Amino acid sequence: MAASILRRCRGSLQRCRAGDVAALHSGPSPRRVQAPGPIASGRRAGNSPAGERGVAPWVAVVGLEIHAQISSNSKLFSGSQVQFAAPPNSLVSFFDASLPGTLPALNRRCVEAAVMTGLALNCSINKKSLFDRKHYFYADLPAGYQITQQRLPVAVNGSLSYSFCVGGKKNQMLTRTVRIKQIQLEQDSGKSLHDDTRSQTLIDLNRAGVGLMEVVMEPDMSSGEEAAAAVRELQLILQTLGSSQAIMAEGQLRVDANVSVHHPGEAYGVRTEVKNINSARFLARAIDYEIQRQIKELENGGTVMNETRAFDYKLGCTIPMRDKEGKQDYRFMPEPNLPPLILYDTKSLPANTNHQQVVNIDWIRERLPDLPSVRRVKLVEQYGILPEHSFTLLNEDGLMEFFENVVRQTQMNPKKVIGWILNDMLGYLKQHNLTVKESPVSSLFLADLLNLLDRGAISSSAAKQVLEELWKGEGKTPLQIVKEKTLELIQDQQELEQICQAVMEGHQEEVMEIKKGNRKVLNKLIGLVQRTTRGRADPVLVKQILEKRLSQ
Amino acid sequence: MLCVSLREISAALKEGQVSPTELCQRCLSFIKATKFLNAYITIAEETALKQAEESEKRYRRGQILGDLDGIPVAVKDNFSTAGIETTCASNMLKGYIPPYNATVVQKLLDQGAVLLGKTNLDEFAMGSGSTDGTFGPVRNPWSYSRQYRDKCVPSSHTESGDSKWLITGGSSGGSAAAVSSFTCFAALGSDTGGSTRNPAAHCGVVGLKPTYGLISRHGLIPLVNSMDVPGILTRCVDDAAIVLGVLAGHDPKDSTTVQDPFKPFELTSYIDASKLCIGIPKEYHAPGLSSETRALWSKAADLFENAGAKVIEVSLPHTRYSIICYHVLCTAEVASNMARFDGLEYGHRSSMDKSTEVMYAATRREGFNDVVRGRILSGNYFLLKQNYENYFIKAQKVRRLIANDFVNVFRSGIDVLLTPTTLSDTIPYVEFIKEDNRTRSAQDDIFTQATNMAGLPAITVPTALSEKGLPIGLQFIGRAFQEKQLLTVAKWFEKQVNFPMIQLPGMMDHGHTVCHHQKSAFFS
Repeated sequence: MAASILRRCRGSLQRCRAGDVAALHSGPSPRRVQAPGPIASGRRAGNSPAGERGVAPWVAVVGLEIHAQISSNSKLFSGSQVQFAAPPNSLVSFFDASLPGTLPALNRRCVEAAVMTGLALNCSINKKSLFDRKHYFYADLPAGYQITQQRLPVAVNGSLSYSFCVGGKKNQMLTRTVRIKQIQLEQDSGKSLHDDTRSQTLIDLNRAGVGLMEVVMEPDMSSGEEAAAAVRELQLILQTLGSSQAIMAEGQLRVDANVSVHHPGEAYGVRTEVKNINSARFLARAIDYEIQRQIKELENGGTVMNETRAFDYKLGCTIPMRDKEGKQDYRFMPEPNLPPLILYDTKSLPANTNHQQVVNIDWIRERLPDLPSVRRVKLVEQYGILPEHSFTLLNEDGLMEFFENVVRQTQMNPKKVIGWILNDMLGYLKQHNLTVKESPVSSLFLADLLNLLDRGAISSSAAKQVLEELWKGEGKTPLQIVKEKTLELIQDQQELEQICQAVMEGHQEEVMEIKKGNRKVLNKLIGLVQRTTRGRADPVLVKQILEKRLSQ
Repeated sequence: MLCVSLREISAALKEGQVSPTELCQRCLSFIKATKFLNAYITIAEETALKQAEESEKRYRRGQILGDLDGIPVAVKDNFSTAGIETTCASNMLKGYIPPYNATVVQKLLDQGAVLLGKTNLDEFAMGSGSTDGTFGPVRNPWSYSRQYRDKCVPSSHTESGDSKWLITGGSSGGSAAAVSSFTCFAALGSDTGGSTRNPAAHCGVVGLKPTYGLISRHGLIPLVNSMDVPGILTRCVDDAAIVLGVLAGHDPKDSTTVQDPFKPFELTSYIDASKLCIGIPKEYHAPGLSSETRALWSKAADLFENAGAKVIEVSLPHTRYSIICYHVLCTAEVASNMARFDGLEYGHRSSMDKSTEVMYAATRREGFNDVVRGRILSGNYFLLKQNYENYFIKAQKVRRLIANDFVNVFRSGIDVLLTPTTLSDTIPYVEFIKEDNRTRSAQDDIFTQATNMAGLPAITVPTALSEKGLPIGLQFIGRAFQEKQLLTVAKWFEKQVNFPMIQLPGMMDHGHTVCHHQKSAFFS
């Protein structure tokens, strides 16, 4: 199907654009607003100090609605393929284009993904759930309604535990739990591309009808930092389950935040909904900005309006959205073309059922993989690493696997390996904006290197030099590099003795100092020896030799 | 030759008395000869002849696909047909050529049937007259029958120019007229509130509305998804059973079809009427029921009783809420189903394109007629958050009560219910349009529409001619998925009443066909 083209509508079809910033002028200027520090740390209800000058502190309340695109081969109700960045309108079935007479047929895989996710989030799975139509006219919603689960969603009443560092301090982790209200299955919409110069809107229906899980989190959070941590944990869970790829940059995970502020002990404030948060980086910023904006608004005697606001990542602020989505009456109606979705457990499974046609909750539960929280505990237990290290290992995609591969291939104590992974390797990758998968150094090479270090073939400073070479990705093994650059430890006692002797002779002043009793200067001599050997000397041995000679 | 039943023509094809091509050509020329009936919106001459040719090859090879091979059929223009314009008699879909076949259409074609064309209807099947489509009203073939003209059109001998022509009923009026005027041997209609049975009764043909979920709706452009059922229009009950056998069964493309496999059946000629229990719902003695129809209904009950059947008066107490409840549920689904017609992906698009909203509004105003727009408006009103509980939810509850009425009656031992299909025989167009579409639909659906709410199978059987010489049909309502029992009873009844065949002088006497004239043994 060719891309439908329609003329650009004036006004309400517009999404947030840079020009809309004019609407902000009554509010605080974005520049005046500091990237808010953790309001939670100082102003959280309970532990917050009484406000200065009698002003009560503010408490923020944050709830999230998260749309996770289901990772499946085909769409929720049609056989069209699901694929990111395919040519426009190349993945559109008759049903997706809403041709008259077409009917939805539920994709079993999407149901399983939702059940899996529900179980992982400690939800009760509804054995019977229903589909509804939500009506609104929008160019990228061909049927004029979205099929969703308004009345009875597939999963309800769950919880998600997440941890975050207080004030960015790595060793001070806090763990909190947010309640999951529900998970509902629904259709994604297509995409509208507005061409302002030609005053046209282009429609791409590739995404129309792709399965979504809407995860609704109760307003149990109170800062952007918490929300970001909760979303990150959810993302890890979805990726572990494989129920969603959950890549925010590709729109597979989209977050809307409901934000309000109030004084402790008072009723919740009027909330706004912040939309268009499409990167993990901006999630915390968008929420914290909105919290600060509301506080300022109220402290200046203004009011917070119940409205939908978009986060403008370029300006770093939220701005009101002009479309009237918030005021729409969606005219919900049961979807008559889909019978109730019935799920079974082993007890309720009728005899002689075709297993292709039923979804067994118990069967899915038994096959759930280890969730991130369990994996972290196992990492700490198995390798003796610190809990915060386990977080970093899981947070970076592929890093845990990399670490375990290295550990498997080396004799070095995992507690030492983790330092090399987190400091040297991750530091390098971050600096060069690379993912673990893109690392020029394979786990095998790093293991080889650490083995050389572990059995004393090279010193640790030599090891760092080898690593520098390895980053070049020229395919040389660590051993080759060691040989080429002659970085092996000097094993020859006599050679070392000679070097030490030469250093002592060249630094008579220092020698005198030490002989007078200033032991500190010894370290300087050791350093000089190391410099001469380019780090190839065993520091312990050097120290012994120097001490022996100095006492002569 | 065209006046025989599907079964008879199938036998004739098998015996080589007629070839599929010859049959197809005859039907096509007869469609042209009866063009003034306005029964067809699109005549698929080229593809039909091609299909007939293919069928002929199969007959020659002795490898026919089934009983429908080479049989000319017609399909209501709200079923999607690949490559053939599908309009729903609406400006909105003028020129729309679907890229796929409705499952029922595909099943007909897979059996070798020859698709002659697409039949006329009320716009989007909203109506009970087949008068409210953008291609104009359908004329009832009985307007031109000797039976009617002898009695009611004293002096006029010209076919055209007479103002007393009759409506077919609707909304599947084109299909009913097509079967009744012998231009095809079977036709598909759709039945949401009586749209197959009502015109069938007015046109003197058999109209079957199967159980909801027995036949796929995939490709049927919906009116009310939860009530729509593809309907079957034929000249006799046996033919309806044959077509049902072809169409019924689970369709993965329609999640509301039942999984249980359907076994096609042949109807026995003999039934033991003494084992039969016929229910007569007392609430169907509705105001407006013509004395003629009432008498006929009563006579039919006697017929069963005399044959030894138990005939019991039963009560369906919530019947009187049925029409109003239907109105709410129907318009709500209509509002929803019509939302997709926005001019973007297919169909009419207005040239007013100042903004997307302006384009939407203009497209929908230009594309839909008043009836459709009116139903969209009321439906959206009922679905508003503030009204949902009071209207939609309440209507759903009433629907459940209506369905339970039937459950209770059948649980009490009733096999089949016997009711009128329509209030009276059909009326002239000029009379019909004195009332608006909504009033007419409310009046005309009264006996048919509750079965759609309950999802039950029902069939109208032409029973006798009225004093005006026009057909009156009676309806049998069966238990869910008990089509075999329902059709067996209907067939027995059909045999007893011996309904007369329509006589179309001037149209049929082109040398090849003179219809055998039977006198009704039942209604004298």
